[in-house]
Parts: sequence; structure tokens; C-alpha cells
Amino acid sequence: MAADQASSGRTPGTAAGPGGTAATGRLAGVAPEPGVRKPDPLLVMDQVTRSFGGITAVRVGHLEVQRGTITALIGPNGAGKTTLFNVVSGFDRAAGGRWWFDGHPLTGRPAHRVARRGLVRTFQLTRTLARLTVLENLKLAATGQRGERLLPALLPPLWRGQERQIEERADEMLERFRLGPLRDDHAGTLSGGQRKLLELARALMARPVMVLLDEPVAGVNPALTQSLLGHITELRDEGLTVCFVEHDMDVVMGISDWVAVMADGRLVAEGPPHTIGRNPAVVDAYLGRRHDEPEATEEE
Amino acid sequence: MDISVIVSDALRSGIGPIAAVYALAAMGLNLHFGYTGLLNFGQVGFMLVGGYGLAVTVATWGGPLWLGILAGLASAVVLALLLGLPTLRLRADYLAITTIAAGETLRLFYRSSWAEPVTGGVFGLQRFANEFYALSPIPRGTYGVWLVRFSARDLWVLTVGWTLVAVTGVLLALLVRSPWGRVVRAIREDETAARSLGKNVYACKMQSLVIGGVIGAAAGMLQAIQVQSVNPDSFDPAVTFFLYTLLVLGGAGRILGPVVGSVLFWFVLTFLDSALRQAIDAGYVSPELISTSEVGAVRFALVGLALILLVTFRPQGILGSRKEMLLSGR
Amino acid sequence: MRCQRVFTAALALGLVMLPAVTARARGEDAPRGPVGPAFGGRALQALVDGIQFGVIIAITAVGLSLVFGTIHLINFAHGEFVTVGATFAFFLNASPAGPGWHLIPAAVAAVALGALLGAAVDRGVWRPLRARGTGLINLFIVTIGLSLLLRHIVLVLYGTRPGSYAQYDIQSAIGLGPVGITPRDLTVTVLAVLVLLGVAVLLQRTRTGTAVRAVSANRDLAEASGIDVRRVVLFVWMLGGGLAALGGVFFGLVETVTWDMGFKLLLMMFAGIILGGLGSAYGAMAGSLVIGVVAQMSTLWFPVDLQYAWALLVLIVVLLVRPQGILGRAERVG
Repeated sequence: MAADQASSGRTPGTAAGPGGTAATGRLAGVAPEPGVRKPDPLLVMDQVTRSFGGITAVRVGHLEVQRGTITALIGPNGAGKTTLFNVVSGFDRAAGGRWWFDGHPLTGRPAHRVARRGLVRTFQLTRTLARLTVLENLKLAATGQRGERLLPALLPPLWRGQERQIEERADEMLERFRLGPLRDDHAGTLSGGQRKLLELARALMARPVMVLLDEPVAGVNPALTQSLLGHITELRDEGLTVCFVEHDMDVVMGISDWVAVMADGRLVAEGPPHTIGRNPAVVDAYLGRRHDEPEATEEE
Repeated sequence: MDISVIVSDALRSGIGPIAAVYALAAMGLNLHFGYTGLLNFGQVGFMLVGGYGLAVTVATWGGPLWLGILAGLASAVVLALLLGLPTLRLRADYLAITTIAAGETLRLFYRSSWAEPVTGGVFGLQRFANEFYALSPIPRGTYGVWLVRFSARDLWVLTVGWTLVAVTGVLLALLVRSPWGRVVRAIREDETAARSLGKNVYACKMQSLVIGGVIGAAAGMLQAIQVQSVNPDSFDPAVTFFLYTLLVLGGAGRILGPVVGSVLFWFVLTFLDSALRQAIDAGYVSPELISTSEVGAVRFALVGLALILLVTFRPQGILGSRKEMLLSGR
Repeated sequence: MRCQRVFTAALALGLVMLPAVTARARGEDAPRGPVGPAFGGRALQALVDGIQFGVIIAITAVGLSLVFGTIHLINFAHGEFVTVGATFAFFLNASPAGPGWHLIPAAVAAVALGALLGAAVDRGVWRPLRARGTGLINLFIVTIGLSLLLRHIVLVLYGTRPGSYAQYDIQSAIGLGPVGITPRDLTVTVLAVLVLLGVAVLLQRTRTGTAVRAVSANRDLAEASGIDVRRVVLFVWMLGGGLAALGGVFFGLVETVTWDMGFKLLLMMFAGIILGGLGSAYGAMAGSLVIGVVAQMSTLWFPVDLQYAWALLVLIVVLLVRPQGILGRAERVG
């Protein structure tokens, strides 16, 4: 299965990536090697490690995500992609390492603080709030709500104005993602694809600087996949930075500006999409052959 | 058998002070369980520290009533912090275990010989609410319509009790319909999602635990005042289970759920109790089978059975919606 | 984080200590202090009592922990399995209305009833409710209802009077240096340890035991590799019910039989299970042993009726310091 994906990825890989935007242009001169520095990194990770009961799940030497780009994080099952997401977004504790977002240290910050900084994530299995309506799901995500503090909550005049603005923004978001007709339905009644849309829309309600999308199109039908990918590139063009985990090589080749490859918890390759398919380290990773790590010799 | 006596007993119980006490305690539990999804199996512990906070301040230390009330509420805040700090970061099961253990341990603790100089041990404390009854504007006598009659004393307690229920209901309604309430309900659905959206889940759960606990303490005080005594054994863990039964009966996650639940619960329970006693006295039920002294135990067993059947066949209760209940995959 | 932890521990300690301090301030008798000529001897005696108490808790707790490990349900009615076992043995053995069996066959019958009760709860409550789509949280509440129901049925049938079994009631202690133990208590302790070893061998060496461990570790994987999960779950319920009943007989033997003994033991089981790590059978054994010793040793300094409070304090401290317990593991999110 993994091998299929790798080989199918090689074919479109020869075609040029989506390119054309300013941000992509700035990646043009960056060498395609793991741990390479980028001209304008938004998220920087350094020596991040995480282990479960003696097995090292993540051991990433250095990884930077360029501002304003779509970066794909790929790798075979168990490569540590989701674990890396969990660590960076504050849902898991790292065994070691440091990471920064937009120049601020995020190391060890709890999840809600990471989100408030502007780094918002979604989940592999959608986490819609079943017994809240679609509209409530969106309104919840707005940040800096006065009515979320306990005492002001008891005095509606203090937050009603803000609530109205949030609702307007939520309605725009519903419009944009074509969820308008479902506005007042419980989120638990939505289909899998609609939930993926809702989760993306909800993440955007938090006005993020960057989103971490964990398999944003997994289990979604082809038509909706195209629509979701369209939304993601559109968001990039509006200036949002996107980093996503994906298995489908066609998706990766189709929309990403940069690809980072993980295997056995390590970062084994980086580069523009069309170079990745030719990279021997990537082929090894997907074919499961043992490869010698040239760069990752970090000690704790 | 006298049906009018049975109905009179049941009605008096359903709108009487005891129903108000349970409605209030269940409102706190509703905020925990119905809105925030916190599995608090030790609500009786909050009632206990509330009741004893008042009783100890007044009866043991000779303080005024208002200070006792403050002490009771403060004890509930301390207990909520004590239970919440270690457990609210963990899975729901941990809170359930810790609260049920804490409720029972507090009872053992307050009745221990060691604590006796302060809490009165197994004998408890009495006559600490005279100040409360002195405030009553209701002249002596009995009042009522049809089969229902209350003494002036009970009428005063139940007026205060139901007023407290109404005020609490309004405050809770404001809270759960605010953005704060939205966060709290989001936590009930999926706290990981709430955290990913920048919500401080731990702090919100703590706030909910404290508020619900304080409401529970108020209920404990009302109960203590109503009988002018506190006794550790009246704060049995079964009280919490009663609260769950009436909460599920009325509808968890509905503001009026605990109120409807409590009234109905006490009406039915007292009806059965009274009918059973009369049936035994009249010889319809052989004392060999169930003696009058065992009626209490039978009543508890029936509540247990009712709780199982309710959760199985009507988990949304009277006021809830079945469709909504089915959406919660928990 | 750190200072919160210290704060909570201090708060817990404060709450437990408060009445003692006030009691002293009012010139009451201070609790027995740790000084005294025979303190070493008393400590050793408390340790022996603690181990005995601990192994009995462990027997009852293993089943609770296994059920949690396999189906993630906390069975709040588990304490009632203990009570039902103890009172049924009492009925067969010492009740005037019963057949007056010797305690050993009575205990065997009680264990069988416990296993049957476990099977009945699996088949009659757990499985149909899961099939109806009842959520786990609601199932917790169902077990609470079940606990209330069973306990009060026992109360109606058994009554409130504490009882003792007809055999092995009053014995004189054998002195072993400063420590005394009755032959009965010694036998119970040794038997309990043997039973625990037996459970360990069962889990470690037999096919069924391996299947139980596989289901606990990863239910889906176990199911995919051809293990009949439903049968394993049924087995775990029966094992848990039988062990709980046996623990009930043992506890009734060294203490007394009462209608609410199981609920009291449930608190100790919870403390032991959390200390050992929720869901781990060996953790439950180790944790229960510690809890038993803590409860008994606390009587050296504090009154007997506060034993359980100390067990709870241990529980809270464990949750603060190492919530996954001694043998548990942290899980992955997302």
C-alpha cells in the first residue's frame, strides 16, 4: 500500500508544483535537504523528541515551516507525524526539544495557549461537538469572547454586541463553506465530509496565523476532496500558513509548496514536491528498507 | 387503607422542603453532569460540608447564622478545589472515583470520635437555626388547601427553599446560555476539541465544579435548617444516587429538569412508601414478607431499579429530547 | 503546576488535620503518639494486619480492575458482589434459616454465586445496554443503580445486624515474637496470597489469561486476531464476581459480615486500583497491598475510624504525583 502511494507519487512529481505565489517563490532557492533553514520560518522545531514506553516515536532534528506556504508532512504509518502535531500543538508532552511559533517560544505550552497564539489544529478523526448546532460550533471558536469569563457571563449586555459580530462572521464562514442550510442542525447529524468542512471552518473562526490539518481529506468523497483542497489553497493565497499530514500522494503533489518526509520518527527528507519522489531516502522509507540516518545524530 | 392520607403525604412531600432541598442539590449536579459532563458521584459531600459548615459555626463556636452560611459555602469551594485540582486534568472516571470516595470518607470523618468535639460525632449537632426561624414573617398556625397542610414553620422553610431554587435556576439559565455556557457544553461534548480552539478547559471545569458544589452546599444547609440538626448518617452516598435518579427523571442538561424530577421523585417515593406502610398495617401485605421497618430499604432498592430502567429506556428524562441524546456517542 | 500540587496536598492534609487540632486546643485527649515502649512491636503488628487487610482488598480489586481493563467500565456495584458473597455464605453457614453447612462448602457456593452474578450482569445488563447504544457514562450510572438495588435487597434479606460465621470464630493468637496472629487470620492471609498467585499464573500462563491480557491491551487488535472478545469479557466478569465473593467471605471471617461491607471495601479497592494504575491487574494487587498497610499503620498514630480517610489521602496524592499509578502508562491523544 505504502509502496503504491510512493510510486504513484513519482509520476505527477515530475510535473511542476502549484507555484506562482510570492511565498513559493521565496522557497525557490532553498536546498532540498532535511533540516534546511528557510528565509521566513513561522514554525521552528528543534530536537523534538517523544517516546512511548521506551520506543522513540518522534526524534526530529530540525524542521522549519515557511510562512505563507502549504507544507505537507508525509511518511508511512507510525512515522510519528500525528505525534509531532500533538507535541507542537500542546496535546502531548515532549521528552525533549524546543519549538517556536512566530518568534515566540511554545515549548511545553498547554494546548489552549498554543491555539490562542494563532496555531490551530484539526484532528484525524473529526471532533465536531455533536450536541451543539453547526452555528454554535463556529461561534465557540471565536477568540477573546468577553462572555466566556464567569462574571460577565451573567450580564448579557456586556457581551451581546460582540456576540452579534461573531454570529455575522460565523454566517459568512457558513456561506463560504456552503454549510448555510445546516446552520441550526446539531453537528452530530452531519456526514463525514461535512464534518471535515465544519472543522476547517471552525478552525478559521479562531483567526489563526497557521493551521495544522491532520489528514484533512481522509475518508472524504472525491468531489468534496476537490472542494476542500480548493479551500485550502485559497486560504494560503490569502496569507494563511498551512501544514498538513496526508497519505494520498496525489493530494500532496497537487497542492503543497513544500514536502517534509518522516520515517521512524525522524525527518528523512525535505524539498519541493517534484523532488521528493526521486529522493532515495523517501523511497527507502516507503519501501521499508533500513536506511542510515546521515544527519540525525542528536544526543540527549 | 385511606387513599386521601396517601395522596396527602405524597403531595406534601412533592412540594415540601425536602423536594426543594433535592431540587437545589440536583441543580448543582446538573451543572456538573448535565452541562459540563463532569461525573460527580459525591454531590452529597458538598451537602455535608455545607450543612456542617453552618452547624459547626453556630452550634459549636457560637457564631451568627450569616457567618455559618459563609462558612458552609467556603467549605464547598475548598472541597471543590481539593477534588478538582488533581482530577480535572484526567479522564472522567478519575473524578467519579475520587468524588464517591471523598463523599463517603467525609462522612466517616465527620462522625469519627476524633472529630467529635467539633462535629458531635455520631450524634451530630442540633438547634442551630433558631435565628432562621426568628426571621419568619408567617404567624403561627397551619396553612393549606385541599389535602395539603403545612405548619407555619415548614411553610417558611419551603418558601425560602423554593425561592432559592428559583433564583438559582435564573442564574444557571443565564450562565448556560452565555458564551461561558457554550464553552462548558463544548467540554461536555469533546474537551479535546475545546482545547484545540483555545479554551481553557481545566479552568472552566473547575469553575463548574465550584459553582455546582456551592449550590450543593446551599442545599445541605437548607436540609440542616429544615430539621434543625445535622447527622453524618443523613449524608449517605445513596443521597447522590437519589439525585442522579431524579436528575435523569427530569432531564439532565435542562434547567427545569432537576425541579420537575425532584417534585415527581418525592411524590412517587412518598406515595409508594405511604401506600406500602398502610398495606402492611391493614394486613394486605404480610409482615412476614416485608415488615414496616424494612419499608425504607425496599424504597432504596426501588430507586436503584428505577435508575437502571430510566437510563435504559428513557435516558433523556421527561424534558430532554431523545434525538439529542442519541447524538452523544458517550 | 508544581505549586498547585503542593497546595492541594496541603489542603487535603489540612482538612484531615483540622478537627484534631481543634480537639487538642480544647484540651481533649491527644491521640496516641508514636512514642512508647512497645512501639516497634505495635508497628510490626500493624504491618502484619495491614498485609492481611491488603491481600483481601487485592482479591476483591483484581476483578474490578480486569473489568475496567477490558471494557473500560467502572463497576460501582462491584462492592455488592463482595456483600452478596459474604452474606450468602453466612446464610448457608450460620443463619438459623439456612441449612447449616460447614464454612468451606458454604464459601465455595458463595464463590459460585459470585461468578454467576458476574455472568448475569454481563449478559443481563452490560451486553444488552451496549447493544442498545447506551453510552459509557450512562452505564456508570446504571452500575450505581445496580449497587443501590443489590445492597438494599441484601439489607431486606439479611438485616442490619453484623454476623459471624459459625466456624473459626474465636481463636487465641499464636505469638511470634512481638506479633500475634490467630491461625484463622494466618490461613486467610496465606490462602489469599495463593489465590492472587493463582490469578497471576492464570493471566500469564493460560490461553484464556493471554486472551484477557490481549483484550485489555488492544481490544480491536485482539478481535482482529481471532479472539472471541465477548467470551473473554464474560470470563472476566465471572472471575471478578467469584473473586469478589471470596474476598467477601475472607473479610467476613476476619472481621464481621454486614450488609454494607462491600461498599466500604469499594473505597479501598478504588484507592488500591488508582495507586496501582487503572486497568492493570498486577497494579491493583500491589496498590491494594499498600492501601491495606497504610490503613492499618495509620492506626498507630490516628484513631481506627479514620483508617479510610488515609486511604483517600493516598489516592489524592497519587493522582497529583503520578496519575497513571505505579504500573500504569500514559496514553496518546488525538
